[in-house]
Amino acid sequence: MLVRVFQIVIFLLGFLNIYSQQIIKNQMDSLQVDEVNKLDEIILLKKEKSISKSYIQSKNIINVSSDELLNAACCNISESFETNPHVDVNFSDALTGNKEISMLGLNSPYILFSEENLPNIRGGSQAFGLTFIPGTWIESIQITKGMGSVVNGYQSMVGHINVELRKPFNDLPLFVNLFSSLNGRNELNIQLRKKISDKIYSSFYIHGNNRNLRIDKNSDNFLDSPLTSQINVLNRWQYMNKEKGWVSFLNIHALKDNKILGSKFYNPKSINKYNKEWGSEITTFRVQSILKIGYVFPNTPYKSFGLQVLKSIHDQESYFGLRDYNMNHNSNYINLIYNSIITNTMNKLKFGLSFSNDNYIEEVEVFNFKRNDRSYGGFLEYSYDNLDDFSLIFGFRFDSHNRLKNFFTPRIHLRYSPWEKSVFKFSFGQGRKAANIFSENQSLFSSNRIVQIQKNGGQIYGLNPEIAINYGSSFMQRFNLFKKSFSLSIDYYNTKFIDQVVVDYEDPVSVNFYNLVGESFSRSLLFELSVNPINNFEIKLAYKNQKVKIAYNSGELQKPLVPENRLFMNLDYVKKKNNSNIDDFRFNLTFQGIGKQRIPKNYYNPKGMFSKKYFLINFQISKVFSENFELYSGIENVGNYKQIKPIIAYDDPFGPNFDSTLVYAPVIGRMTYLGLRFNFK
Amino acid sequence: MRLIFLISTFFLSTFLSAQKKEIVNSSFDVKGVCIMCKKRIEKKTFRLKGIKHASWDISSNNFVVIYDSNRISLENIHKAIALSGHDTSKEKALDDTYNKLPDCCLYKRE
Repeated sequence: MLVRVFQIVIFLLGFLNIYSQQIIKNQMDSLQVDEVNKLDEIILLKKEKSISKSYIQSKNIINVSSDELLNAACCNISESFETNPHVDVNFSDALTGNKEISMLGLNSPYILFSEENLPNIRGGSQAFGLTFIPGTWIESIQITKGMGSVVNGYQSMVGHINVELRKPFNDLPLFVNLFSSLNGRNELNIQLRKKISDKIYSSFYIHGNNRNLRIDKNSDNFLDSPLTSQINVLNRWQYMNKEKGWVSFLNIHALKDNKILGSKFYNPKSINKYNKEWGSEITTFRVQSILKIGYVFPNTPYKSFGLQVLKSIHDQESYFGLRDYNMNHNSNYINLIYNSIITNTMNKLKFGLSFSNDNYIEEVEVFNFKRNDRSYGGFLEYSYDNLDDFSLIFGFRFDSHNRLKNFFTPRIHLRYSPWEKSVFKFSFGQGRKAANIFSENQSLFSSNRIVQIQKNGGQIYGLNPEIAINYGSSFMQRFNLFKKSFSLSIDYYNTKFIDQVVVDYEDPVSVNFYNLVGESFSRSLLFELSVNPINNFEIKLAYKNQKVKIAYNSGELQKPLVPENRLFMNLDYVKKKNNSNIDDFRFNLTFQGIGKQRIPKNYYNPKGMFSKKYFLINFQISKVFSENFELYSGIENVGNYKQIKPIIAYDDPFGPNFDSTLVYAPVIGRMTYLGLRFNFK
Repeated sequence: MRLIFLISTFFLSTFLSAQKKEIVNSSFDVKGVCIMCKKRIEKKTFRLKGIKHASWDISSNNFVVIYDSNRISLENIHKAIALSGHDTSKEKALDDTYNKLPDCCLYKRE
């Protein structure tokens, strides 16, 4: 028994020095009030929420701090979204263990993803990219609902997620993190920071993870979770000269990732990989280098320019049963931006140029696809702020792309505060992109569905690019009731496709790609209410309705595996030590109600069906012993809800009906974990 | 058309008139308490001619202003803020103006 307990102990050792201080600093927004009467001086301490919606910015931005990352069990970005209702985390299939995020009812290819404002998790890394950025590297995440800024490109359709990594200047000298869990996952993070000179700091991060436990709890002879190993290395350099106004970053990021999935008896080293057992191996090698140079005019800090250059090489080699998929994606990206003002800082202007070149080589079974995408663009963004109740951002860009042709992309964001403690936001814009049908829908290879592309003379796999408009608004109000502070927010967004590459799973033995004929839209409505019933206790309730309709060849239907209704509740309580502001216990509980989802017709359900609604509960408790030592424990999926037979025709994996893509609920049941954080001063 | 106008105005203002400008960066203390004070102080300053940037920090009471010294003097910026009811490190607001400030803005006077 004791050994068991030890097995589930997650060792999270952190030599957090500056880090812990930083967190406290970030959390506490101290506000000093000079009282005229007898009270000499009182200091009000306000805890900054780890997830907060902005009242000040014109865009509907949700900030997620590194504190929020501590509320999830582990380990990479996709999990950090599980404690907020704005981003949904879905299962991409029953084999890869991969989680895919979606916003406003649409999945990640429609979200613009950036790492420090440079495009990332796109093209070749679309499917697994979220697992290539370890959680401990992250400083903060910004989620923009609706259209992003034209500065970041024309691609975003439903939102923009930006991840900021830790900066060498504010980093810890040493951080070590060890992790091990009952389902066999081990993780190691070592992060070093070195001061080279007053102006140059460098960080070196190593992440390694490994999972080699074969588990098949649902007895379908397939691994519930893949065997994985990853080595991930990042070297960062930061140069900063405050007097002269220069700042520069250089990143070199390299990783190798390997996944083995399929039958629990499968061994890729056996002589013939195409033996009786269905097996799959995915090997990814990626190198990415980033250079950023920024200059701020010392006397006029509102004027600055920035140059960003990215180069990446992404190589994936994989087979899924009898199907091969190899992808090589080389990408270059340059962005030059100038910031200034018109008369004063109430009127700001950004403009610049961008260039991108993407080279794709894909081998899909017996077919080869080669493509080179090249685009030049110019953008301009004007923003106005009356320093009070109104602000706006108006931007547009013009791009010339060898496959998407020449096009304008307009975007607008408005903010108006009609009365106290309220804010109303509106946004409108257009986005477009080339659909990388295979890398965006890689889970199709974990089935024996035949790929059919209904070409129409377009230039991307014979298909036309995707174009969508998105508009929406958001209203937020803070108010006091029964001496408690409440915050209410209502978001409504509509994404309407002018053209789309429809991914059609409606036929049980094939997957069809074709350009949209008819209507396709996603309408998302979210109500969120949060209240602090007592100090240090927050309740967040949310209801979300998502109508995602697509005109398939077989008729207009709700997009499969997208629940129309979702409920969300998060309870967060911090118990303080007697008469102090020091945390004693922290409790965090997330409850999700997931409504019925449409499942296309398949071998098990020839007429199609709706999944049952279900609940997911995650819970975590932390005990703070001292500034240096914390113990935490949690349960993921408390109710142990599982999809009973997630793999269709698992007993005939080489037959036409084999399909692991129709996943609507967790494949793995309840998971208990225990861990400790050690802060070293 | 309007955009071309905007862009050209911008270029004109940045490059052509650059020689005539004498951009000065300055910071001093302005007394105040809350977000309403912040709005009042900043808006008042932005209404003056030659102001490029103004920002007041609630917790430190520090006021940062960037202005064109050929168009406005630092003295006049102090005076303008004092006129809105807020004492600066150089100018005192009139008692009458101070008393008319909303309750939450009544900072402690020396």
